[in-house]
Amino acid sequence: MSDHDIALVSHLMRRAGFGASREELETRAAKGYEATVEELLHPERQPEVDEDIMFRYFPHLEDPAAPVQGQTNWVYRMITTQRPLEEKMVLFWHQLFATGNSKVDNPLELVNQIGMFRRHGLGSYRDLLVELAKNPAMIYWLDNNGNHRGAINENWGRELMELFSMGVGNYSEDDIKEASRAFTGWTIAPKLPRQPLGRFPWGFQYRPEDHDDGEKTFLGHTGRFNGDDIIDIIVQQPATARFLSRHLYNFFVADESQVPSWDITPPRDPEAIRTLEQAYVDSNYDIRSILRVLFLSDFFKEARFARVKSPAELVISTVRLAGNFTAPRPGFQELAFECAYQGQELLNPPSVESWHTGQEWIDGGALVRRVNFAAKFLGDTTLPGVRAIIEALRAQGTLSPKAFVDGCLDLLGPLDVGEQTRSELLAQAEEEGELRWDTEQARSTSEHRIGTMLALISASREYQFA
Amino acid sequence: MASVNQDPVVVVLQLSGANDYLNSVIPYTNPLYKDNRPRVGVAEEDVLPINDELGFHPNMGTMKNLYDEGKLAIIHGIGYENSPRSHFRSMDIWHTCEPDTVGTEGWVGRVIRDLDPKGENVLKGVNFGTGLPRAMAVRGVPVTSVSDLESYGVLSGVPSIAEQEKMKVLERFARMYAPAIGTGQVMDYLSQTGQDVLKGADIIKTAPQKYASTVSYPDTPVAKNLRNIAQTYLADLGTQVFYTAHGSFDTHYSQVPAFNKLWTDTSAAIESFFADLREHDAGENLIMMLFTEFGRRVRDNGSGTDHGAGGAAFVIGDRVKGGMYSEYPSLKAEDLVQGDLAPNYDFRGFYSTIIEKWLGLDPVSIVGGSYEQLDFV
Repeated sequence: MSDHDIALVSHLMRRAGFGASREELETRAAKGYEATVEELLHPERQPEVDEDIMFRYFPHLEDPAAPVQGQTNWVYRMITTQRPLEEKMVLFWHQLFATGNSKVDNPLELVNQIGMFRRHGLGSYRDLLVELAKNPAMIYWLDNNGNHRGAINENWGRELMELFSMGVGNYSEDDIKEASRAFTGWTIAPKLPRQPLGRFPWGFQYRPEDHDDGEKTFLGHTGRFNGDDIIDIIVQQPATARFLSRHLYNFFVADESQVPSWDITPPRDPEAIRTLEQAYVDSNYDIRSILRVLFLSDFFKEARFARVKSPAELVISTVRLAGNFTAPRPGFQELAFECAYQGQELLNPPSVESWHTGQEWIDGGALVRRVNFAAKFLGDTTLPGVRAIIEALRAQGTLSPKAFVDGCLDLLGPLDVGEQTRSELLAQAEEEGELRWDTEQARSTSEHRIGTMLALISASREYQFA
Repeated sequence: MASVNQDPVVVVLQLSGANDYLNSVIPYTNPLYKDNRPRVGVAEEDVLPINDELGFHPNMGTMKNLYDEGKLAIIHGIGYENSPRSHFRSMDIWHTCEPDTVGTEGWVGRVIRDLDPKGENVLKGVNFGTGLPRAMAVRGVPVTSVSDLESYGVLSGVPSIAEQEKMKVLERFARMYAPAIGTGQVMDYLSQTGQDVLKGADIIKTAPQKYASTVSYPDTPVAKNLRNIAQTYLADLGTQVFYTAHGSFDTHYSQVPAFNKLWTDTSAAIESFFADLREHDAGENLIMMLFTEFGRRVRDNGSGTDHGAGGAAFVIGDRVKGGMYSEYPSLKAEDLVQGDLAPNYDFRGFYSTIIEKWLGLDPVSIVGGSYEQLDFV
């Protein structure tokens, strides 16, 4: 594969970000694949989302009271970010460290939590876990505020190992109890109830008097461990390298089976997982380094369209392509709602086990919404991104039906489609013959035909994949 | 007169935001009511009396009429222990029947699965509204969700697909989604889902076409949804569970005008709906259940009311044994739970009654246990 191959860069941008316009792809392809990977891995070289502008137009997003406002704050960032990988990692960590507003009942704290993922998401996994252990939303979500010296609550201790680092089967119930003891005293403040004064921002509070500093034996190590010591031990475990690697594979490379079956179902590409585990060890669990290995690997480059897009990915990438949400304007909130209607209510996963991904994003209700949403945008010939596609096709002059179909697939991706889809698209194109531009009438007809073709492509089974 | 299939049908009307029990079914002669509701209390002369202790809110005239006809059952003091008083959590609990853990399967989804174990009718359960409520979500159970019946369909509302092209484009869609050998399990699943959705949309869109009625519905969202439900029900497509929601009943501030409007709209919609069924002589095998996530505090906050615990549920239908069930909780301070009415009847018993006695299914696996049932149906 050429380093300057548009299809390859397009695949990278779909996975490491939320897709890219043809113009952006050409710029990136010109720089080269490896240079692009490096650029993505260093988001600090690009400007941040301008919060002053966001909050000037949408003041309620700064202090969200209703859940949808917290979701909109994030949707705005995902659509307008110039740091695609940084924001994609926020989505990765949110899906992994699933924390839901249905219990936390504090949209601002959830916005803060994902802000922490934004700051720490590409750095040391160990540091990220410590930040997570101190995160007020997480503490409240998993009841660590109720984990006391002499009266432990195991929820955080268990999920830290079961869901966030090692996976089921790699620790004992005693390990959970000892870990819970180590995290006693890690709580939040203030703890005012919501009535009558409303919500307050929370902060982490360490209460030494509530901390059990006795000797503990955890995963074969003994000592008077505190919470960060537990995390230090966890990140050294081969099981952790394996579990995190499989999650990264599932999110960036190809859909695995559902997480609850991971202790019995082997990975679809054990060699790839081993490669990522090695990168984890070699880099001292540095996420950036592991991702570099991942994006430069053949197993990644070859895994085209091997993942079903999550609702967030489908909504955000469609909107970024359509290009009509580049600055504050009405409608961002509706996009946040749309993610929820498609089955992924941002900042409110159904449980700490997070959403089921891959094929399970799709059911009858979700499919109709996904298809109709994408077709409504991509079939709208007034939108900037669609006009760009129209202009690019027009620049090629009169096109045969086959070239018309190929051109649309190329400019929307490039997208791969199967025989069935391709033959229907071709039949659609052949109905009205060549795509012409020589008269005003021809131009108008061609624009309409392009809109219909793009809508049909976005309605296809293949469009559900990235 | 439509000939309607005799399978039992349930319409679930969710009152979102926590409907105020105390101002819906009012203990109007209880001095504690007046003491606790100086701002938000309904005057005795405005109440629509049921008896000399309880009466309906003045804007619930339809409910009163249905009660007088013996077609409305009121289930008092409904709820569950330790209400978190959080909308989202409590609504999840009502949807999943899991008060202690976070559940992800909905009770209505389980009902649909048990009514149609092979998933042969994608229209067995239909939601009218946006998004699918968790109550209906069970993996593998096909459910249809329609935000607007007249325009529901695959690729509806797409700018560059003109009306006259619609049919042809949908046929292309059907062929694109036809099953093909060797494309893999996920593609096959997408195929199946796409076909189901098309079939469902094809079938359900005949409903407005078949529908003829002299009953007019008000121009409100809840009435529109109930009308869509009536159209689909009367089209006899095999649907046995309908779901829709109205709100928000979360009247913390300025409750009086808000609550008045909420119930004016809800009452008018319900009235039109049942008048429509009556006109088609089709009320025999349908019941409507109304529920909310919790009641509201006994004492008003000066402008409205805050989140409470025990609430009321209602069931309406020709074959409902109207009347009052369970007990109105005590308003005495010493009997309240954190200032709220203590629930005395578990909502899962309410579900169980409908699941077993009306739908003829086993309730235990659906609601996760055995709960006391009532005699309203």
